Amino acid sequence: MTTAKWGERLKRNGFAWALLLPSLIFLGLFTYYPMLKTAWLSLHQSDLATPKPVFIGFDNYITMFQDAVFQKVFTNNIWFAIGTVPTSMALAFVMALFADKAMRGRGFVRFAYFYPNMIPMIAVANIWLFIYTPQYGLLARFASWFGQSDMSLLGHPDTVMGALVVMLIWKEAGYFMIFYLAGLQNIPKDLYESAAVDGVGVWTVLRRITIPLTMPTTLFVAIVALTNAFKLVDHLWIMTKGGPDNASSLLLYHIYDTAFSFYDQGMGAAMTVVMIVLLLVLSSLQFFGWDKKIHYQ
Amino acid sequence: MTEPIDAPWHNRSEPRLMRSERELRNERIRSQALKALWTFMMMVVGVLWLIPFVWVLWTALRPKEAIISNVWSWQWTFDHFIKVWNGAPFAQYYMNTLTISGGVLLVQLVTLTLAAYAFARLRFFGKEVLFMLFLVQIMVPADVLIFSNYHVLKEFGLLDTKLGIMFPYFASAFGIFLLRQAFKQVPYELEEAAVVEGSSRLGILWRIYVPLTRPIYVSFAVVSVSYQWNNFLWPLIVTNSVENRPLTVGLAIFAQSFETGAQWSEVSAATLIVVAPLLVFFLLFQRQFISSFMHSGIKG
Repeated sequence: MTTAKWGERLKRNGFAWALLLPSLIFLGLFTYYPMLKTAWLSLHQSDLATPKPVFIGFDNYITMFQDAVFQKVFTNNIWFAIGTVPTSMALAFVMALFADKAMRGRGFVRFAYFYPNMIPMIAVANIWLFIYTPQYGLLARFASWFGQSDMSLLGHPDTVMGALVVMLIWKEAGYFMIFYLAGLQNIPKDLYESAAVDGVGVWTVLRRITIPLTMPTTLFVAIVALTNAFKLVDHLWIMTKGGPDNASSLLLYHIYDTAFSFYDQGMGAAMTVVMIVLLLVLSSLQFFGWDKKIHYQ
Repeated sequence: MTEPIDAPWHNRSEPRLMRSERELRNERIRSQALKALWTFMMMVVGVLWLIPFVWVLWTALRPKEAIISNVWSWQWTFDHFIKVWNGAPFAQYYMNTLTISGGVLLVQLVTLTLAAYAFARLRFFGKEVLFMLFLVQIMVPADVLIFSNYHVLKEFGLLDTKLGIMFPYFASAFGIFLLRQAFKQVPYELEEAAVVEGSSRLGILWRIYVPLTRPIYVSFAVVSVSYQWNNFLWPLIVTNSVENRPLTVGLAIFAQSFETGAQWSEVSAATLIVVAPLLVFFLLFQRQFISSFMHSGIKG
């Protein structure tokens, strides 16, 4: 009797693990192993001069945190996040409010708000480069009507970040909108009905019903937006190469530069570890609320 | 506010009634004006959002002379598209992107169906731990691990191959969690009935679970293909030849092969060539796309 039970249990376990094995192999090769390898490599010196990694403890991290370029790039990334996250979220919320209820033009605005999400970041970069480019660009032409002749938003350290922030908001707001659309549809209709019966004003409804009840969506979108601010760097290849004077460089781009242009593997690994820790912290905020995930369905 | 309208004093105190009526009308006009203003503003945002695309379309379709000259005209031409298509291997890039996104999707569908079933319907040793381990892929996506994944790929000797580009995406924790959620909603009685009829576990998976959750598969496919279509950094690092480059990398190389300024028409045309398929599909199946990306919000 017990052996039969054990046999059944063994069979069930074996079957389950067999089903998971294909996924596990790929995850192991391209997620777990690289993470461990990165952590290991970050404790070693490994560049063109030292093809065989030499253990140097935390030296890479110390050099990294003292490096002016790294500090610059990290600060840039934080400004990039501050610039893109709140604005695109607020815009997404407003877009959703409109696209949810609009009587006229609903299909139009949904398309207009969301289509940038379907365009690859590289193509977005081409499009916006041609908006920002001096003389021939859309903005330059527009400015020339007002007698402003030469403006190079991407060529100037003070304006380049702002220009890229605007671009990313354009790309992302519509994507976040659809999560708010889902969130809005989950608010019970009778709440609005009873508010209408009681003669409650639009602003109060917004403040007391809509905003609080879309809070889980807001939290979720905030984390996606923050993560994206660190993940999206493709545009830099086309638009600025991180310049001028590292004014637009971002962490992931700098990692690429360090590892593949300067072949400093140890340093690249140390910076990747910083990135991984950052992402783990960000997403653990989300996964604390693990059980509330179903509200998007 | 709560007095009945036909209360006797209403008739006697006419001025009061009139004022309240006027107030009501003003109120209504004001709220309608606000609504119109709100609609107008959001439409303006919509138009603003379209401008970048219209600008690129406009540039790509205009003859060169018309761009430089300041005289307004309606001239248009397909020359830039033809020139780009013949001048750079975009046909090859297209094939590569199609192969890569199709290949990734095919393998993903198999791996995620199997894993999702295990997580949804089986009790086994180490389930909780494995679940957490799978989550790690969502938290630390392959985009970030480019540098270490490059070394893994090198160890396999798969640099500059399409298989190499696809490899890291063959398992998708996101897809597994999405599908697991859907599998859980399939009535268990169906499975029990099939067991009684003597179906095997894999047979049940194929004949009951997969057909019943088809919409989720479609959603996943949309998100997965869009992701591969847009992917840039990883293929950039891995590829080194025309035979393996996807569209995004091809476009970047094409755009950078020009000196600044003079070749905007060509770059715009190339950009449109790359973005056209996804945009056309989005235009045709807007609802499906939006609901698919809504699903991508589950994130496990």
